[in-house]
Amino acid sequence: MTKRRTGWTAVVLAGLLFAAVLAFMPALAPVFAWAFPGIEPPVYDGETFVTLWLSHAGLVATASLVSAVLAVGLGIFVTRPAGRDFRVLADALATIGQSCPPVAVLAVAVPAVGYGPLPTFIALAIYGLLPILENTIAGLESVPAAVREAATGMGLSPLQVLRQVELPLAGATILAGIRTAVVINIGTATIGSTVGAVTLGTPIIDGLVGDKLPYVVQGAVVVGLFAVFTDLVLEAWGRLVSPPAAKSALGKAKANPA
Amino acid sequence: MIELSNVVKTYAGRRIVDGVSLTVKRGEVCALIGSSGSGKSTTLKMINRLVEMTSGTIRVGGEDIERLPPEMLRRRIGYVIQSVGLFPHWTVEENIATVPRLLNWPQPRIAERVRELLGLLRLDAREYAGKYPHQLSGGQQQRVGVARALAADPDILLMDEPFGALDPITRGEMHAEFAHIHETTKKTILFVTHDMDEALELADELAVMEHGRIVQFGSPRQILDRPATEFVHDLIGMSQIGLKRLAVQRVAERMRPGEPAPGDAIDASATLKDALSRMIERHTDRLAVRDEAGRVAGAIRLADLVA
Repeated sequence: MTKRRTGWTAVVLAGLLFAAVLAFMPALAPVFAWAFPGIEPPVYDGETFVTLWLSHAGLVATASLVSAVLAVGLGIFVTRPAGRDFRVLADALATIGQSCPPVAVLAVAVPAVGYGPLPTFIALAIYGLLPILENTIAGLESVPAAVREAATGMGLSPLQVLRQVELPLAGATILAGIRTAVVINIGTATIGSTVGAVTLGTPIIDGLVGDKLPYVVQGAVVVGLFAVFTDLVLEAWGRLVSPPAAKSALGKAKANPA
Repeated sequence: MIELSNVVKTYAGRRIVDGVSLTVKRGEVCALIGSSGSGKSTTLKMINRLVEMTSGTIRVGGEDIERLPPEMLRRRIGYVIQSVGLFPHWTVEENIATVPRLLNWPQPRIAERVRELLGLLRLDAREYAGKYPHQLSGGQQQRVGVARALAADPDILLMDEPFGALDPITRGEMHAEFAHIHETTKKTILFVTHDMDEALELADELAVMEHGRIVQFGSPRQILDRPATEFVHDLIGMSQIGLKRLAVQRVAERMRPGEPAPGDAIDASATLKDALSRMIERHTDRLAVRDEAGRVAGAIRLADLVA
């Protein structure tokens, strides 16, 4: 219970801090002017940080949604009797996706689809597949065989077993995979600014190129807070979708496989 | 009610179930007994098509099971497994309501049925309906598992080693529960066990399986009196064979109606083993016997036990 309360408090605090930094960054100009004398203007003044954030968040959200749909779908498929043979192949593909550096994917994607948000979107979508696929498979396989046998034996159709039994029991694990993917993608999206996407990486890249350190700091702080806030929100959501009963009963069933 | 005829199941060229024919009559309890790998669980699972047979025919209530979609067949057959398999994310009430919900029963009828079954399984509805499976003991979980199997009032109950995972005391309680449920509902029950004592205690008929075949079929007395093969003989366990025979016969079968005897009376429905135990405890060779109404109806002597 204590843990649960702390979780929600942290979500609210991180949210307030993030919103304040996002909205009032220009007001921090004197602080940056004092810390980094001689840089004009002291706060990045391209697009507003709110605009950068909206574009960044939109890119991460759509890319993660695509990864989630693909990876959960693939995870379900390879844990069905018909798709079991593709399990190894799916694992291999997702691992390749994960081990290609996003920069390399951008380098390949830009000539193919041009500058703008699209190459970044592709890189993020590929990058998010592995954690979600792994967690989907792990979550579905953690459903005790006895529970699945009982469900089938009661007369649930395969689709009913999946929707009423397997997915609810695997939901928290799948969501943990989505959380990992989203948080990684929030960080990774910043490099999209090198190929024309508008993200919170834009001030960072401008700062690096123009030798203006405060812009790098400003961009990095906002991205960092955004990542922390999103992580806490998704963690809290994960706790909501996994009833305490399901957790301990699953633990118990794993402890004595009868 | 359940008829298997010449049922075969082959896995990778091996005949796991090798031409099994078996009939369980309406309202009867039949035990499929054998060691592990004898094909008994596979035989059971072919009846609700969790395992598809290779050849042969199975009829349930006179109907060929291959003519029904498997889901429809299964909703008409109660199914209980050793590891219970309650749905951990659903309450006791939701677990029991599984099949009625699949059959689209109206909500009030489901709620009433759940209360009725919790009563039958001696679980207090107010206390248990809202609990989650992990909050229950092993015995309580198996009670809920049995209630869930009975929910849509199927004619047939299939049970796969239903009491195998329970401790001896809880198992004893569940045996009594089993007898109580059968008495109350008159379901046709086919259950798998590797425990001969359990089979002798609970079943009207035993089918002993070895290497995928039924090597003997008969009542507990027939099995005890004339084990057909060395294997059946070993399965019974020849130690205390005499006591096992006494345990499958009732006082009513050997009593002397009308004969008077002193002391507290024993129920006519008690086993001869109970009667022997009572005689030894009381240092006597005669017991009064009372009928179902509780009236003294006769007596039983030590000599009658060995007759």
